[in-house]
Amino acid sequence: MASIKYESQVRSPLVNGQKDYHQVTEDIIRPIEAAPSVLWWTGFLISVALLTFGIISVTHEVIYGVGQWNLNRTIGWGWDITNFVWWVGIGHAGTLISAILLLFRQGWRTGVNRAAEAMTIFAVMCAGQFPIWHMGRVWMAFFVMPYPNTRGPLWVNFNSPLLWDVFAISTYFTVSLLFWYSGLLPDLASVRDRAKLKWRKAFYGVASFGWSGSTKHWQRHEALSLVLAGLSTPLVLSVHTIVSFDFATSVIPGWHTTIFPPYFVAGAIFSGFAMVQTLLLVTRKVLKLEEYITMEHIDVMNKVIVLTGSIVGVAYLTELFIAWYGMNKFENWAFMQNRVNIFSPYGWSYYLMMGCNVLSPQIFWFRKMRRNLTVTFFMSVIVNIGMWFERFVIIVTSIYRDYLPSSWSTYYRPSIWEVGFYLGTFGLFFTCYFLFSKFFPVIALAEIKHILKKSGGVYKEKMGAIEEEPLEEFAHEYAHAH
Amino acid sequence: MAIKKFVVGCFDDEDVLFPAVKKVRSAGYKIHDIYTPMPIHGLDKAMGLRDTSLHTAGFIYGITGTTTALSGIGWIFNKDWPINFGGKSHFDLPAWIPITFELTVLFSAVGMVLTFCYLCQLAPFVRRHHFNLRSTDDQFTMVIECTGKTNEASLEAFLQSIGAKGINVQHAETGWWLGSYANDKKPFESKAAVTV
Repeated sequence: MASIKYESQVRSPLVNGQKDYHQVTEDIIRPIEAAPSVLWWTGFLISVALLTFGIISVTHEVIYGVGQWNLNRTIGWGWDITNFVWWVGIGHAGTLISAILLLFRQGWRTGVNRAAEAMTIFAVMCAGQFPIWHMGRVWMAFFVMPYPNTRGPLWVNFNSPLLWDVFAISTYFTVSLLFWYSGLLPDLASVRDRAKLKWRKAFYGVASFGWSGSTKHWQRHEALSLVLAGLSTPLVLSVHTIVSFDFATSVIPGWHTTIFPPYFVAGAIFSGFAMVQTLLLVTRKVLKLEEYITMEHIDVMNKVIVLTGSIVGVAYLTELFIAWYGMNKFENWAFMQNRVNIFSPYGWSYYLMMGCNVLSPQIFWFRKMRRNLTVTFFMSVIVNIGMWFERFVIIVTSIYRDYLPSSWSTYYRPSIWEVGFYLGTFGLFFTCYFLFSKFFPVIALAEIKHILKKSGGVYKEKMGAIEEEPLEEFAHEYAHAH
Repeated sequence: MAIKKFVVGCFDDEDVLFPAVKKVRSAGYKIHDIYTPMPIHGLDKAMGLRDTSLHTAGFIYGITGTTTALSGIGWIFNKDWPINFGGKSHFDLPAWIPITFELTVLFSAVGMVLTFCYLCQLAPFVRRHHFNLRSTDDQFTMVIECTGKTNEASLEAFLQSIGAKGINVQHAETGWWLGSYANDKKPFESKAAVTV
């Protein structure tokens, strides 16, 4: 025995069943090579229909102006910014899983990282729509970029959190895309080399950039992944921090809070993991990947959900405490009257948020619940509803009553075009996800093979004999192996 | 870029591959490359490859990003068009940190990926010769270059003795060419046909 190759049996295996390298390739590439199922077509067509509705809504808004949305005198930011923050938040889990968990050497990330990263990219694409179309004259969107121009040159304001956001979101999108695609290259090459059909050979040949699996290439690939992970780790934390600065650096009571950055980041991870659960529970069932996305993965992700949900809960209570303790009349009003008072116009949304985000995830303290698929799926949807309402509460309840009671707005209800735009981003998100799950390997093939002999079910059994050895004998053997 | 002659041996298990690499090297054969379906830690060391400098490149790109952001914003706000934001300093460093950080990460990531693609010669429409199509599936393919002194028969017997399977001899182009994976046409072959 030269070295201990297998992981202890104390941890459950990350790949179940009798798998060898070839079987892994077969299982993961099978859905790509098979004809799309009826279920796939149904989901895809519904998504495209939603996307079409979104395109119509946005077109309407561009033609007739932002007045088509029911934003009013004090609620200048309504559904659009709520949706923007919600989608950006969802876009945090992917990079967290692929980058932070890579640095922490969490083996379970390999089963879920590819799909989670794809989800991140699509979610950020959806998020980006809201600020862009909210500009109204969308053809001038490029004004947000700093470039020498004929207006002075009058530059963008580098001291503004809104501009920081432009940089943060676009950097985050670019880096996530590069990270995701560089990881995909070897897997696309696997699809290419198995392909029988001509178009598939051509398509995956182009997409895989001529990857060969050379040892030198793998060495560079590993170095690249590690450094990209190191770069993405502070990046993912910075993005939602900067999104929270959009609010926190203002002087609006309810927004002007130093707790926002960590609170937003925790909330983002919370909602992101919930969305990963929603997607993966369906994906593993439909594509028959239960042996790769195991109960163990679902259990671990539910633990992250209960942890981050509780962090968010502590943040809500801290805000309330500080609103009272700070003795600022306006701050106190924003919290106690506009939110906590259930009879205030939007009081209901505050309690909906509390119930969905803080109370309901506590169910995951029970192992039985963490490993129950129905409960997990239901909870993952509840959490994302709750997180949408969190943003709604922060935005709308802070601005619907300003310092001048005569301008206190009428009750804000979104127009059909605002709702359509939001549904349209769902269409965009799911259209992309359906295409991804049909044409790309949803599980990181090479990475699964990399951990197979360490954490695969069959190989772990070999650890049994080693674990039963008396300690002295084991130490003796191990010492002499080097 | 040249067509060379290679002896190819395939392995099913990395545990057989490692001692084989050692033996092949000590026997004096020249390993052209080993193609594997996933990264095998330590194989680069076993083959005697030097460590990659991609990290260093990433660092250099990163500081380029930092410098670009700081000097760009500094020049714009102090020289090109100084604006008075409520009497605050024109050199407002803390407010520039977010953008400086983002540009550092952006430059580093984009630069590293481009460098990676350049070093490995990876790009869309690039095509190369693949010695064994199963080396992206479940086999580890060792490719040994035949030099003038190499005795093929003894090399094949040697590979057999160290556990290789499916041993064969291939003449292959070592570089890449522009082409599609859907057809096997090689630009240099058609040129040869024209001259004939």
